[in-house]
This record gives sequence, structure tokens and C-alpha cells, in this order.
Amino acid sequence: MTGGGECLLTVRNLVTTFDTPAGRVRAVDGVDLDLRPGEVVCLVGESGSGKSVLGLSLLRLIDPPGRVSCDTLRFDGHELVSLPESEMERLRGREIAMIFQEPLSALNPSRRVGDQIAEVLRVHALASRAEAMDRAVEWLGQVGIEDPKARARSYSHQLSGGQRQRVTIAIAGICNPKLIIADEPTTALDVTVQAQVLDLLMDMQLRMRSALLFITHDLGVVAEIADRVVVLYAGQVVEEAEVRDLYARPAHPYTIGLLASVPDVEKPRQPGVPMPAIAGSMPNPLELDAGCRFRNRCDDAHDRCIQAPPMIDLQDGHRVRCWLHAG
Amino acid sequence: MPAEPILEVRDLTRHFVLRRSVLGRPMHVVRAVDGVSLAIRAGTTFALVGESGSGKSTLGRCILRLDRPTSGTVRFSGRDVFAARGAELGQFRRDVQTIFQDPFASLNPRRRIGDAIADGPAIHGQMAKADIRDLVLQLLLRVGLRADHADRYPHEFSGGQRQRIAIARALALSPRFIVADEAVSSLDVSVRAQILNLLADIQAERGLSFLFISHDLGVVRHIADDVAIMQAGKIVEHGPADRIFASPEHPYTQALLRAVPRADPARRRRARTSAEAPGV
Repeated sequence: MTGGGECLLTVRNLVTTFDTPAGRVRAVDGVDLDLRPGEVVCLVGESGSGKSVLGLSLLRLIDPPGRVSCDTLRFDGHELVSLPESEMERLRGREIAMIFQEPLSALNPSRRVGDQIAEVLRVHALASRAEAMDRAVEWLGQVGIEDPKARARSYSHQLSGGQRQRVTIAIAGICNPKLIIADEPTTALDVTVQAQVLDLLMDMQLRMRSALLFITHDLGVVAEIADRVVVLYAGQVVEEAEVRDLYARPAHPYTIGLLASVPDVEKPRQPGVPMPAIAGSMPNPLELDAGCRFRNRCDDAHDRCIQAPPMIDLQDGHRVRCWLHAG
Repeated sequence: MPAEPILEVRDLTRHFVLRRSVLGRPMHVVRAVDGVSLAIRAGTTFALVGESGSGKSTLGRCILRLDRPTSGTVRFSGRDVFAARGAELGQFRRDVQTIFQDPFASLNPRRRIGDAIADGPAIHGQMAKADIRDLVLQLLLRVGLRADHADRYPHEFSGGQRQRIAIARALALSPRFIVADEAVSSLDVSVRAQILNLLADIQAERGLSFLFISHDLGVVRHIADDVAIMQAGKIVEHGPADRIFASPEHPYTQALLRAVPRADPARRRRARTSAEAPGV
């Protein structure tokens, strides 16, 4: 991991817990994360890994009974943990923007999409009403919506899934944020539309030099866009590496299994040969202990795996939480 | 492999009339399925691929006789599915089963899963109660669950386990043909592979035929013998899977294949590496 003052976002030991009738769930459990300006980091995990909760925790959008604690949550010189809510509101949407999986639920069905884009500028007092609407129309054009002036008067139900996600990207981008957090923004889209929306997002990110934290389960998408990858399992970071390094030399048994389970569209079928799979499923979040959380599914599990595995630095910022690499 | 088709669809159309004129004439018609013909060989997996709105699920529903086509025929084992009545219809209902995308939506949350799996045999009324109980336990074990799971409720299972339950339920009447509509689409990658392997094993054991409806070309490449690509209600290209994937002919098939992200950062379409990224 690279530390130091060049980081836009520095997270240390972030823990998000939820108190449930059955007990306390540590959805995110001691995550360290660094994002440099302009960098694209993909946060990879399956359902229950805590990836979405982590994204919301960074923006302090976890409502009670959820609780977030951490040693450090520093963004662009601000310590977000101790920041008053009014200051936090100033950052949200302006300095840090978020894009969600379901644009239909992210957009207000009873307001015109142009108004919803312009609203971001109005809330942050960055433009007059007329200017804000001009900029909104301009942004609709920039995100690839044809006839933006007319489309600004549409409601979200009148748009296709891809167009709706373009609108939420305009809402996220209009303030030129330093950080964009995107949680599965293309998962609900068809594959051809996904490719277009990814192109748009990456063009925008590059042009504005925003950092992008892209939360996804899709290792194909990760390979397409990431500079660096952080793999999350049962609330913990199990591996982190530069993207090519991770795909060429995955070190954690979970990452290795995950990469092997992705069916290759270019590989001819071999009848009778089973697909590589990871046996079992993610542990019950109420029954976690200090030991490795992957050990029940791991072919390489060993006696020492009941002890907390250390995070091992391999090289070039490649880190892995596994006893196999402890020497 | 036998060349005899177990299922044959001919010139099938399903039109939905959205609006009629005051005289009752259709004014706005959606051609969800628009003249589709296909044949599925016994014991093979036929994948129907398309994006949302392509009509692939509507076609699947017509094949299952859950929806009536506007025109065209579906023949199962040589017999017209929509002409079937009485005992013949009962046989069709046993022979053809389905697995849907979201097992949580297709399982009654207030019924034990053992009872849900027993539904088919109980309704078709050809087995004694004790035999049904034995069958349920056998099926649970076969799909990788435990006998004591029979007394639990759907919410006590993970997504992958629920899909195993749905598979057990589909197998309970010893079908010959299964329509799987996006059956692994909502599963996590590591679990998806487990379920695909289970389906392949069961197919080999029982000589089942599959219609696998999916938008996921990676999965389709891994399991399909034959593939049809559907767009706007029509099949634009079909053929053996290896041929379609190796040399797609239709521009839409080519575009679909191009759009699939490859899990290989060395081959990304966007020529941007961390070395070029600003601030790195």
C-alpha cells in the first residue's frame, strides 16, 4: 500500500456494525483503503462481502442501528469522522458523488430529469436557476443523450435503463467531484448498453481527473477499467493489487477461485469437464471468529487458519491476508 | 446424439395489443415474439440468448404453455402442445419443468421446502405418501442439500441453496425437458459455477434436454450445444455453439460478443493503464 500525502482518500480500520435481534453483525470489519487523485480502484466482492456497506460508510450514509467507526477517514484534508453533518452535506454531491445500481430508484419519478440535474448545482449554490438549467442540458448532451433540451423535460419512466443511468452520471458529474463512488452502476444493464455506459463513465472520470471507487462483483468489468483492485470477503480486505498483477498472480485462494470461476466466452466448451467452482458459501456474519473467514471453503486450509491471518505485503503494493504467504 | 428433436417451435408469434381503436381494431401492437422457429435435440442444451425486451422469456413461456402464442405451433415429442387435453396434458406437465431466475419468488415463504418439493408428485397423484417422502429426501441429497433441510423454510437458505431447492422441485416428476430462464443470473460467481456443474451432472445422469434462456454469453459458451440469438422478437442467428462463438455471422451477434468484458486486463478495449492514469 502506498501512504503519504498524495492520497485523496485514506481509510484506516473502518468498521461498520449492525445490531440485529440475533446479535451484532460486523458488515465491514477493519478495512484499510487508499485512493489517489484520478485513480480507478475496483472494490470486488460477492453478496454479503460488505462492499456496498463500505461505499455508504465512506459517505456517512449508514443509518442507525448501523454504526460506523474507524481510526482514520480522511478525504482531501478533511477528517470525515468528526466533520459536522452540515459540512458533510456540503461534500456530498459536490466533492464526492455517488452512482447507484438502480437508476430508477435513484431518480425522483415525479420530477423532470433536467430539474434533478440542475438541483445539484442549486443545492450547493453554484449557479442561478437559469444557469443551472443550461448546465443540466449541456450535461445531458455530454452524457450522450440525444436532443438534450427536450429530454431535460422527460420523467425517468420515459427513459430507457441506459438513459436513466446516463442521467445519474450527469447528476454525479455536474459538480466536477474529486471522488466518484459507483456501486454496481452497470449491473442492471444489458451487455451492449453496459459497454457504452462504462465508456462514458471512464471518459468522464479521465476528463475531470476524478478518482473512481467502482464497486462490483463482475471480474470482467474490473479487468476493463481498474488501475487497482481491492478484493473483499466477509467484510475484510483479503487481497489488494495493481490490476494486471492481480489477474496474473492472484495470491489469495479466494481470489484464485473467483478468477477461475469466471466462464471465458472465448474458450470452447469441454463437455464433461466441470467448471471450476468454490465449494460452500460465505460464512454466516453472526458466526464469525478471529480466524480466516475463507477457511471452510479453502483447499489449502491448515491448522493455523483458525488464528487471524496476517496481512502480508508481497511487492509493488500487492497485499494478501493469508497464512500461505506468511513464510 | 440423436437427431430427433424433442421440442420443435414453428413460426411462433406472440403479439400483445397495447391499444385498440374505438372500433376494437388493434392500434399499438408489440411483436414480442415474431415468427420464431427452432428445434431442440433430445439430451442437449439449447441456449436462447438475448437482451432485455428481446422476447426470449415470452418465447419460453409459450413453450411451457404458460402463455398462448398468437400463431404458430409448439410440438413436444412430436405432439402439439396446445392441442393437448386431459391425460396428454398431464403428461406434458410432468415432462416439462421450469427453473426461474429468482427462487425466492417462486417458493412459498410459508411452506417447508420438503412440502414444496413434494407438490408435483402429490398433485399428479401417482405416488403413495411414504414414497413421496423418500423421493424428497433423495432429491435433497442429489442437489447437494441435507435430509433435515426438508423441514426448513425458504428464508433459511442462501441464494445458491434456494436454486438447488428449485432444481430438486423441477426434478420431482422425472421430467424430460427443463426450461431454465436466467436460472443462474442472480447467483454469485463462485456459487453459479456450483449450480452449473450440478445441472450438467443431472443432465448426463438423466438424459435431460434443456432450454437455457440467458443473457450471459460466458455461461452459455460453457454449457450450450446449440445457440440461438434473439433480438426484437426474432432469431437473428442460430447454430452449433462452437460455430456461433468462433465465427458469428450476424452483426448483432458480433456486437454482443464484442461487448462482453473479458476477464483479462492485458486485453482491455480502453487503452488506459495505471501508468497513464493521472496522479499515479
